[in-house]
Amino acid sequence: MKTIMLGNQAIARGAYEAGVTVAVAYPGTPSTEITEFVAGYDDIYAEWSPNEKVAMEVALGSAMAGARTMVSMKHVGVNVAADPLFTASYTGINGGLVICTADDPGMHSSQNEQDSRYYARAAHIPMLEPADSNEALSYMKRAFDISEAYDTPVFIRLTTRISHSQSIVQLNEREVVELKPYEKNIEKNVMMPLYARPKHIIVEKRMNQLAEDASTFTDLNTVEMKDTKVGIITSGVPYQYVKEVMPDASVLKLGMVHPLPKKLIEDFASKVDRLYIVEELEPIFEEQIKAWGIKVIGKEIFTVQGEYSANMIEERILGKELELRDAEKLPGRPPVLCPGCPHRGIYYVLKKLKIHATGDIGCYTLGALPPLEGIDTCVCMGGGVSMLHGVEKARGKEFIKKWVGIVGDSTFVHSGITGLVDIVYNKGISTVMILDNSTTGMTGHQENPTTGRNLKGEEVPVLNLVALCKAVGIHHVRVVNPFKPKEVEVALKEETNREEPSVIIASAPCELLDKKKKRIPLYVNQETCRKCNMCMKIGCPAIQKKDGNIIINDALCVGCNLCTKVCPFGAIEKGE
Amino acid sequence: MSVKNILVVGVGGQGTLLTSRILGNLALNNGYDVKLSEVHGMAQRGGSVVTHIRFGEKVYSPLVEIGHADVIVAFEKMEALRWAHYLKKDGVMIVNTQEINPMPVITGGAEYPSDLVEQIKGKCDKTIFIDALSHARELGNFRVVNTVLLGELAKHLDFDVEQWEKAIEITVPKKTIEINTKAFKSL
Ligand code: SF4
Ligand code: SF4
Repeated sequence: MKTIMLGNQAIARGAYEAGVTVAVAYPGTPSTEITEFVAGYDDIYAEWSPNEKVAMEVALGSAMAGARTMVSMKHVGVNVAADPLFTASYTGINGGLVICTADDPGMHSSQNEQDSRYYARAAHIPMLEPADSNEALSYMKRAFDISEAYDTPVFIRLTTRISHSQSIVQLNEREVVELKPYEKNIEKNVMMPLYARPKHIIVEKRMNQLAEDASTFTDLNTVEMKDTKVGIITSGVPYQYVKEVMPDASVLKLGMVHPLPKKLIEDFASKVDRLYIVEELEPIFEEQIKAWGIKVIGKEIFTVQGEYSANMIEERILGKELELRDAEKLPGRPPVLCPGCPHRGIYYVLKKLKIHATGDIGCYTLGALPPLEGIDTCVCMGGGVSMLHGVEKARGKEFIKKWVGIVGDSTFVHSGITGLVDIVYNKGISTVMILDNSTTGMTGHQENPTTGRNLKGEEVPVLNLVALCKAVGIHHVRVVNPFKPKEVEVALKEETNREEPSVIIASAPCELLDKKKKRIPLYVNQETCRKCNMCMKIGCPAIQKKDGNIIINDALCVGCNLCTKVCPFGAIEKGE
Repeated sequence: MSVKNILVVGVGGQGTLLTSRILGNLALNNGYDVKLSEVHGMAQRGGSVVTHIRFGEKVYSPLVEIGHADVIVAFEKMEALRWAHYLKKDGVMIVNTQEINPMPVITGGAEYPSDLVEQIKGKCDKTIFIDALSHARELGNFRVVNTVLLGELAKHLDFDVEQWEKAIEITVPKKTIEINTKAFKSL
């Protein structure tokens, strides 16, 4: 049967068809939907782990125990999972293990633009890269075969344009795969120096073997010999751009991007007059191929930044001067906190009190821009907690009284807890704010250990954040309602001035969670409004100025009432 | 048929994804190769969003290039102009006249252009302006803006009405099939 599928959905389908029985992940754009779709298959156990390192370890345990297992994350998630990942390369697997990682060239929804192919090279793990949804599905199955044939985890690398594009896929039956028998084997699985040293030799051997065999993987590494004047080596979505504008060029499409098929590449290079490498992000093919003494043109005409396009290839390789109209210069439209977002009230008060904040990854980054300007930093998950402690140690106790750390519920569980332990252990006095919106908001609302439900929708024990903070050694933990700015203000003043560490939990669900809630928009009474602009300070997209008047866009307002609390003249009223 | 290129643009949260999915199913049902590229994650929170839809005998790239769009469906007026350079010379620009102020405008750092209609007309030869929000309201559900706009798009593509209705039926949530079909036929 043929149907149309998102790349991520096709990955999930591929896992299903390959007989996967365990799937683990931490959400992160653009990888999130893989696991959401996988959870839809009753034959597969699927979970959100608290972070990528845990997910990787759960997956490795499951594979060692004999199940075909997949683990998914975004590119920066691999950084978190890197510790077990590098050693999983040494232990190898038992049941097949596939690691799906989604890179984000162009940084549509990420804090950096790192290239996961480096991880494949660094950890000595083979990596496949599909170029559309149908390949995403079939490569998954192929990845499991390679994993088991070579006793290694296998990476599948995706990019935003593969993960979040839809194209036609061919569906097949699920393969029934028995659990592999488990046998205790300390030489294989206990990586202490005694056993790790011989394992390193095996890893090198395995990769050499794979590098040799890669030239025979003609289903993955395909050669389309046409006009021999120009040859192009490419992979993933750039392959599609190449085909779009250069249908007559000879193309070597790499479906396996690590290790590279040296023989195949040498052979291809010898048959074409001029050889180009078209790869987004880092010059990873280029550097290896150049090191073999093959002349190629790559990053001297292409960039290491952002996404490529068909137009770009037309210009850079075909040397065409395209007459492209420029984009109009218009006011930008950056993403913003939704109308009714619980974070807004917190940022409003922080700004009022002139308090700085080390921020974190999540919806709260949306409050970084004017007018709220709520955070000073955003680096990684958990960074909002630990960086705060660093600021305190650098500048002292008085200084830190004008600072807080911001972290979300999911992010706190991901890697904020250890930072909080550090604050208590090392005698910090910092105040951490957990903005608990009962979900993992930015990635599209996934459950997490604080929400009381798991990925399969079952009811599970709720992680009690207050009790947890107390157990860590925080004596002053208080819960506030972010829609009550007064309450937030009092709490912030008291806690930041304390000579002890403290935690303020701002608790209110993400506005988008309850789909059934009745939302009655507010309106501005033009008689009583004195145009003081106070309500504009909360940065609500629903409040706008039109012909000198302040009005509320009723298609956007959800009636959260925050603006009524900041209006000094009571001019904002409830609608019908 | 050469490949058809369509862009659906708007503001994150306006429901542009549903529109493109209906189009995807429509093309698939009619035996075409089809690719869509969507926006998930950050931009969905009120940012400027774009979905690319391409269908034909064989489609490689999932992206419509600058200057190649046959039709642009804009859910918001300023977004129409922001993406107008993607339109071909004789391409059609369908604009929902709804205005949503971006944050730089709300904070007073920038102004919402007052002459957008003229500017769009100046840049695109064929423009159609529709107050889809009012239409949708009259139908009793302001969320069906997207199917109202699809109704206009249908006039510029070669598919039978039944095919469109079928695509809507299999794509939208069951409970909303009726209102969406009504909205589709409302123009
Ligand atoms: S998704 Fe939820 S948490 Fe994120 S900005 Fe919107 S309302 Fe706020
Ligand atoms: S206008 Fe006021 S009540 Fe409406 S969503 Fe914005 S802050 Fe909330």
